[in-house]
Amino acid sequence: MLKVKNINTYYGKVHALKNISLHLSAREIVALIGANGAGKTTILNTLSGVTPPASGSIQFEGEGVNGLAPDRIVKIGISQVPEGRQVFKGLTVADNLELGAYLRFRSRADRNAIKLDMQHMYELFPRLGERKKQMAGTLSGGEQQMLAIGRALMARPKLLLLDEPSMGLAPLVVQEIFAVIEKLRQEEGTTVLLVEQNAKAALKMADRGYVLETGKVILEGAAADLLESGETGFKTEG
Amino acid sequence: MELADQIAQYLVSGLSTGAIYALIGIGFAIIYNSTDIINFAQGELVMLGGMFTLFSLNVLHLPLPLAILFAVAAATAVGVLFERLTIRPLKSPTPLALIIITIGGSILIRGITMMIGGKDTHAIPAFSGSEPILIGTATILPQHLWIFALTALAITANKLFFEYTITGKAMRACAVNRRAAGLVGIDVKRMVLFSFAISSALGSLAGIIVAPLTMTSYDVGIMLGLKGFCAAIIGGLSGGIGTVLGGLLLGVLESLGAGLISSGYKDAIAFIILLLILFIRPQGLFTKAQTERV
Ligand SMILES: Nc1ncnc2c1ncn2[C@@H]1O[C@H](COP(=O)(O)OP(=O)(O)OP(=O)(O)O)[C@@H](O)[C@H]1O
Ligand SMILES: [Mg+2]
Repeated sequence: MLKVKNINTYYGKVHALKNISLHLSAREIVALIGANGAGKTTILNTLSGVTPPASGSIQFEGEGVNGLAPDRIVKIGISQVPEGRQVFKGLTVADNLELGAYLRFRSRADRNAIKLDMQHMYELFPRLGERKKQMAGTLSGGEQQMLAIGRALMARPKLLLLDEPSMGLAPLVVQEIFAVIEKLRQEEGTTVLLVEQNAKAALKMADRGYVLETGKVILEGAAADLLESGETGFKTEG
Repeated sequence: MELADQIAQYLVSGLSTGAIYALIGIGFAIIYNSTDIINFAQGELVMLGGMFTLFSLNVLHLPLPLAILFAVAAATAVGVLFERLTIRPLKSPTPLALIIITIGGSILIRGITMMIGGKDTHAIPAFSGSEPILIGTATILPQHLWIFALTALAITANKLFFEYTITGKAMRACAVNRRAAGLVGIDVKRMVLFSFAISSALGSLAGIIVAPLTMTSYDVGIMLGLKGFCAAIIGGLSGGIGTVLGGLLLGVLESLGAGLISSGYKDAIAFIILLLILFIRPQGLFTKAQTERV
């Protein structure tokens, strides 16, 4: 479904991604793990068109994605849940979800579907359903993460990019959120690229994993093997 | 006339100029919230509202309602063009560059208007006569009523747009988190353009409805722009009620100050308030610790 070949991404002179290649098949959950500054966020932003690669190719469902603007990329089915949630704080929970479907408002047929999809989000995350009219900025960290995921799902992505959803959350809330991700894959066939520092939790759920270090993939394989080898080197205690 | 009557009279005219300041101020706030730019050319769009009305009345011979619509549309087009030609091309704009550009733009717009229209001051007919209406002991001009009504209408429409339409919500989303807005597929540049369009429309409307009371010329935008800016600062650059209150407060204080102290102080009052606010309460008078800015 997604094929990334030898991409290089720079921030000015900083060479953040060095010849990264990776791939995802449909319905896979793939973990991307690595220490701070390894380039995980940069990979997601490169896929989302925020920091386009200087070289290399990105193919999504057989089509070239390089150089597309972020809104085009959402349109073809790749949505990102950014690091640190980044919900629209001064807007309500319902408005945040609606904005997730921003690009779908242009078609009349979709506009009805959006209502149903919002209901679906409230079923998936009942805590959001209880807080529809509440300002997103007043939600707890866990609720904001749920909202950020819900917002991304409102675009009906085929591929969901998740940037450290467990960051700063209590283990129970992390479990709750990971359970939803599993459920999404099972019920809707969503493909997930999951960035985590919490390697153990991520690899437990994932099918495969990539380990990143200073902008390079240093290890890849089945999640179970990576878990076992412990070679991920850091924080596998999760 | 007794003092109480005089004060009532000052309040009427203060509130109506205040309404004008509020409209202009909201324009400042909308652009600021979506771009972090203080658009110093905002006052020129106010001026263009009046001048385009004049043009469509005297040259195109349009009836007044059409002339007003034409003037709003033309000024909005200028605002949009201004964004396209000056703000959008900048790759990585610094605040200083933006300030210089918007000031430069305002000088340019003013200059072109002067070259085409001349330096004269022109009168625009009141929308429905100028027979004063007696309310209690104070009199009010029909044009004041027009100002109150059209301002209320524009502010309500603006509010509804930002609260209930998906485009309005998207613009607010850009204001609170541009990055995340991009990631849900909102075209941030387009929203910036919209913010210039809406601000220009509101500003030019202000210029049109006030023109029958104050006359219009190529250089009325400087003062009106600064007053609108002052209203927005009092309101903490909120695109909503804060700036409306800021405008009304400023208008009333000016009018009372000019009437009771000396008309020479009228313009100074705005600047004293502006400085006081910036020194003492830079977040504005009507803002709570954390409020929405649009
Ligand atoms: N906007 C930027 N400008 C310059 N350098 C940047 C920028 N963003 C990231 N970098 C650099 O790129 C490298 C990769 O950063 P990135 O944010 O992708 O890491 P990460 O793996 O997501 O880290 P973390 O776990 O802390 O989120 C780092 O060395 C970082 O300093
Ligand atoms: Mg990161």
